[in-house]
Amino acid sequence: MLLTFLVATALAVVRLRSLFAVVMLSGIYSLVTAGIFIALDAVDVAFTEAAVGAGIATMLMLGTLRLTGHRQVAPRHSPLLPLLVVTITGGVLLWGTRDMPRFGDPAAPVHHHVAPRYIEDSPTEVGVPNMVTSVLASYRGFDTLGETVVVFTAGVGVLALLGIGGRRRRDEGAEDTDDDGGTRPG
Amino acid sequence: MSHDIVLKVIAKLLIPFILLFALYVQFHGDFGPGGGFQAGVIFAAGIILYALTNGPDAAMRIMPPRLLTPLAALGVLLYGGVGIATVLLGGHFLNYDVLAHDAVHGQHYGILLIELGVGVTVASVMLVIFFAFITQEP
Repeated sequence: MLLTFLVATALAVVRLRSLFAVVMLSGIYSLVTAGIFIALDAVDVAFTEAAVGAGIATMLMLGTLRLTGHRQVAPRHSPLLPLLVVTITGGVLLWGTRDMPRFGDPAAPVHHHVAPRYIEDSPTEVGVPNMVTSVLASYRGFDTLGETVVVFTAGVGVLALLGIGGRRRRDEGAEDTDDDGGTRPG
Repeated sequence: MSHDIVLKVIAKLLIPFILLFALYVQFHGDFGPGGGFQAGVIFAAGIILYALTNGPDAAMRIMPPRLLTPLAALGVLLYGGVGIATVLLGGHFLNYDVLAHDAVHGQHYGILLIELGVGVTVASVMLVIFFAFITQEP
């Protein structure tokens, strides 16, 4: 059911030319995805998807639309070649899933690598009831540190490229120097 | 941006609960679903809702970017600092066992601290990016 919504939203995103509607639909797409994650009992991921995908990403897209305009220009070239590439890629990916174990298969390799150790030992080793947290924060602490650095780097990158309130400093001079999050030359 | 009184009032009702929920997700992440990343994003979403209803300038007064950029770095430093502290206390990098007299307690302290670092960094970076986008002149 949710997957049907997902496909319908994706098709609408492809068909529409109004970018505002596309941004709204991509927010809905994220929200439906969050619903699917809840159905799969991955509540942590659903939180993230709902807050980032449906909330903040949609807002950033809207902020970008404010700068770029609301209509998508109709493409001049024929859509046949891109469509062919996408179809072939999708077909190959679907073909690749045939080698994967069935969804929820208890004999799948992913359930026999490190997962049993986490499940058996984390209550005594880490003692945190939420096993996701103990894996993310303790067993996989390096990875989470890396993710945090990635988020930090994204912030630094945006500040370096855009800066906060760059226009205000140019317009009003030294009147409001509170927001010196990033300086913009010129 | 908007001067719609309905939106303002509803947002005013919702924002405290969003921020409280963010803190709950942050500090209850050991027991229920959630953790630093989710908490940071939800917190940022609450402030963004404030910015949408009361204008970016009001939001930048309560969350000045001057404060947010050091906070983003502080979160990463807190995370890395916990790692360095465990090394200095004689363990491996990010092995929280040595943070307290008891290994399980040490794990709890370590997880609490690094989740706090993640939450602070994520919330500040999300807000910084949002402010950077919204203050651009078209």
